[in-house]
Amino acid sequence: MNVTINGQIEQIPSGLTIVGLLAHKSVEMPDMVSVELNGEILDRPAFDTTLVSEGDSLEFLYFMGGGQ
Amino acid sequence: MTLRDDQIERYSRHIILGDVGGKGQEKLLAAKVLIIGAGGLGAPIALYLAAAGVGTLGIVDGDCVDMTNLQRQVIHFTPDIGTPKVTSAFNKIRAINPDVTVHPIHDMVHSANIRDLIRDYDFIVDGTDNFSAKFLINDACVMENKPFSHGGILRFDGQTMTVLPKKSACYRCLFKQPPPKNAVPTCSQAGVLGAVAGMLGTIQAAEVLKYITGVGDLLTNRLQTFNAKSMIFRQVTVKQQSNCPVCSSSPTLTELVDYEGPVCDLRS
Repeated sequence: MNVTINGQIEQIPSGLTIVGLLAHKSVEMPDMVSVELNGEILDRPAFDTTLVSEGDSLEFLYFMGGGQ
Repeated sequence: MTLRDDQIERYSRHIILGDVGGKGQEKLLAAKVLIIGAGGLGAPIALYLAAAGVGTLGIVDGDCVDMTNLQRQVIHFTPDIGTPKVTSAFNKIRAINPDVTVHPIHDMVHSANIRDLIRDYDFIVDGTDNFSAKFLINDACVMENKPFSHGGILRFDGQTMTVLPKKSACYRCLFKQPPPKNAVPTCSQAGVLGAVAGMLGTIQAAEVLKYITGVGDLLTNRLQTFNAKSMIFRQVTVKQQSNCPVCSSSPTLTELVDYEGPVCDLRS
C-alpha cells in the first residue's frame, strides 16, 4: 500500500504498526524519532498499537541535539 | 530614538528595505536578545544580530574556546583558544558594531538560573548543544512567556522552529521528553559539517530580525528542516498539542527539570 513518509510517496507492506514501520524503514534509533501521523503527533506508547493505513501521511521528526 | 548620521549610513541597507525602514531599525536598536550558547549556532547568530544593530545582546556560555571549535564556530579565532567563549564573542561584537551593548554571561543555563537570565530579554535564541538545555529553554520560555527560536544540528541536518509561547506549538509539543540517554549519538561519533551550523544559525538570526521588526511570517507551527547532502529544505506543519505537558491550558510540568544527558561535544 502507498503512504507518504516525509513528503515522499512510498510503498510499504500492509498491517504494519508504527514500530513495524520504523523497523521496516531501518530507522537506526527509533527512540530519536517523534512521529506525526496525518498531522497529529503520536504519543510514544501508541507506536506499538497504531496501524498504518493506505494513504496515511507520516512525518518522522528527528531529535537534533547539536548546536556547538 | 532618532538615528544618528553614522547609523543611517551603517544601517542604510535595512533602512532602504521597505518592510524594515528607519522605524524597523530603531526597533532593532531598542531590542534585547539573549543567545544561549556561543558555539556553532550562537556564532553566526551573534555576528548577524550584532551587524544588524540589535541594541542589547546577552550571550550565555560556560565554555572556553578550544581547537575543535574553530572548524565551525566562526566568531572565535585561533588566538582565542583558552579564552571564555563569551569573552571572545564580546570582543568580536564590539569590533563589528559599537552600537551593541553586550552582556557576556560565563555560565551554563540550568533550572536554578534560567528564568532570571531570560526575564529581561525580548527574545531568546537556543544555540545549545544538548537536549537538557533545549528542553530547559523551551520550558522556561513558556513559563516566562518569552518568544524563542529552537535550533538543532547534527551531521548534515538542521532543524529550527520559532515558538510564541501558548500561541504556537512548543518544542515539547513535538518532542514530549528527551530521548533516553543511551539513544543519543555523541557528536564525536556523529560530527557536523561546519557550514550546516551557519546555514541554520542564519535562519534563526533572520527569525529574530523578523520578530523584532514585525516583518513577514514567523516560522511558527512549522518545523523547518534541511539536509545539506541533498540540499532539500522541508517544512513540517505542527500544531500546539492539547496535552502538551508545558504549554497546554492544564500543564503537568510546572517546575523546571535538569535532565542528565551527554553533551553533544566534539571533545567527548
